[in-house]
Amino acid sequence: MFLVLLGILFPMMTGCSDQETLYVYNWGDYIDESVLRDFEEEFDVRIVYETYATNEDMIVKIRSGGSRYDVAIPSDYMIERMINEELLREINMDRITNYHYVKEDLKNLDFDPDNRFSVPYMWGTVGIIYNTTMVDDVVDSWEILWDETYEGDILMMDSQRDSIGITLLKLGYSLNSRDEDELEEAKQELIRQKPLVLAYVVDEGKDMMVAEEAALAVVWSGDAVIMMEENEDLEYVIPKEGSNLWFDNMVIPTTSENPELAEEFINFMTRPEIAQRNAEYIGYSTPNLGAMELLDDEITGNPAAYPPDEMLENLEVFQDPGDFLSVYDRIWTEVKAH
Amino acid sequence: MKSRMAYPYIVWLSMFIVLPLLLILYYGLTAVDGSFTLDNFQRFIDPIYLRVLWRSVELALLSTAICLVLGYPMAMIIAKTEIKRRNLMVLLFILPMWMNFLLRTYAWMTLLGRNGVINNILGWAGLPELNLLYNASAVVLGMVYNFLPFMVLPIYTVLSKMDQSYIEAAKDLGANNRKVFWKVIFPLSLPGVISGVTMVFMPAVSTFVIPRLLGGGQLMLIGNLVEQQFSYVGDWNFGSAISIVMMLFILISMALMTRFDKEQQGGVGLW
Repeated sequence: MFLVLLGILFPMMTGCSDQETLYVYNWGDYIDESVLRDFEEEFDVRIVYETYATNEDMIVKIRSGGSRYDVAIPSDYMIERMINEELLREINMDRITNYHYVKEDLKNLDFDPDNRFSVPYMWGTVGIIYNTTMVDDVVDSWEILWDETYEGDILMMDSQRDSIGITLLKLGYSLNSRDEDELEEAKQELIRQKPLVLAYVVDEGKDMMVAEEAALAVVWSGDAVIMMEENEDLEYVIPKEGSNLWFDNMVIPTTSENPELAEEFINFMTRPEIAQRNAEYIGYSTPNLGAMELLDDEITGNPAAYPPDEMLENLEVFQDPGDFLSVYDRIWTEVKAH
Repeated sequence: MKSRMAYPYIVWLSMFIVLPLLLILYYGLTAVDGSFTLDNFQRFIDPIYLRVLWRSVELALLSTAICLVLGYPMAMIIAKTEIKRRNLMVLLFILPMWMNFLLRTYAWMTLLGRNGVINNILGWAGLPELNLLYNASAVVLGMVYNFLPFMVLPIYTVLSKMDQSYIEAAKDLGANNRKVFWKVIFPLSLPGVISGVTMVFMPAVSTFVIPRLLGGGQLMLIGNLVEQQFSYVGDWNFGSAISIVMMLFILISMALMTRFDKEQQGGVGLW
């Protein structure tokens, strides 16, 4: 039975081989899939599209070999790690003719200093979303998440890097700290905060804030924009102590067997009309100035999604902590198990 | 003939059970560079991780006990009804399990939430709002709700197959209802109880979705710890070591239970 099935499927699979195939590996629900169809039509190729839930899932699959992904879209610190592990292929930037559309201050960042390996796909910040009917104080600092007035009304992120990062910022340190004393201090702060926290959430937080189950939450800007659309009382703030600036960039892993087509795809995704459609669908911020011009003013004028340039200076991008990751993990476990 | 029939099962078993187990063992006993080490286990013997383990066992035991107390009478009621209605009752009991496990757990979030159904009803009646979600009780509730059928069904199976003449004999010999239950019915149903207890305890001790959704990540259980190692930290070696510890734990408790079962029953098990 199985052999018969194979006998039927195999010719079918090889039957398509005269058409080129592009393997794309992306976060779940992070692309307007009609864009993929357009690429297939325009370049007469077939796209095999697969998704992952975390950066770590993705790197494991690429590292282990056996896959042949041509394009992946990891986050900043993961790109740094992949460069260090030599899992990425250099992109021939001459072929990314649309690269000039990418906003200057979102280029050449520490994780990929000369953008030799990656082209920005989406970007954003981390901040506090709060319900104006439930919070009377001015929200402009991470301190408010430690304010006892809001006991049981605070949602923290169930993500070690983010939660420890904002605590380090509140204490006046870098969110990339590798100083054990600073991290110990952050741990104590998080333990002190725990009784005030209603829940540690990731995606569930969106629905909870919209349903007014909590007053304050730490969220990614892209999610904040979506929440604010659904509940008018919600407001998003990037605290004055600074915050995290994050990127998801397109890369070509060494597993790629067709880097030329991958470059074609990256260039296609950087085309203003395509980037605009994609950004509209996902709701996250596009780094593409051409696309921003095409987007509704209401979207680009929203400081939650597109913060003014002077605010960007205060933001820090995550670096790959390397072996120090286990210290972060330990601290987070201690906080959660407390 | 018999042995040839077994081949597909052997292939299946080795591909999907033996091989993964060996892989976990391999990862648990090696460092990132692939060299042999016991560090992963040593790392686990640390108060914070042991506390996580203890808390998982505690909550799982509590849920199992509640399932037993709720499930046993339920199984008895089903076993005693006439056969037509009995099948309907079993069906009704299993029906919710046809729905996705996650969906059912999300439903509890809507029920227990601050602006949820229960609090709305309380507010209507002029009663104060309760904090029902994101604590240990919510987690236990989630476990009991999701795993109760695993307790009821094996007990029900044993009870419905029980030889009624034992009970009649006990009654003829003058035992009252209470005595019949504790001296005859309960001991005879122990195999069902034991398989029920194991089938509830195992998923309860290793669940990570329930504490995340209903516990709001406030409680870290061993399942969450394993998940964290695999999907966020990327430390497969430590994650595998924790899984091995958990498997050993379950294995030991199962061994203890079957031993207890043998002493009582002379080795009649359900499986």
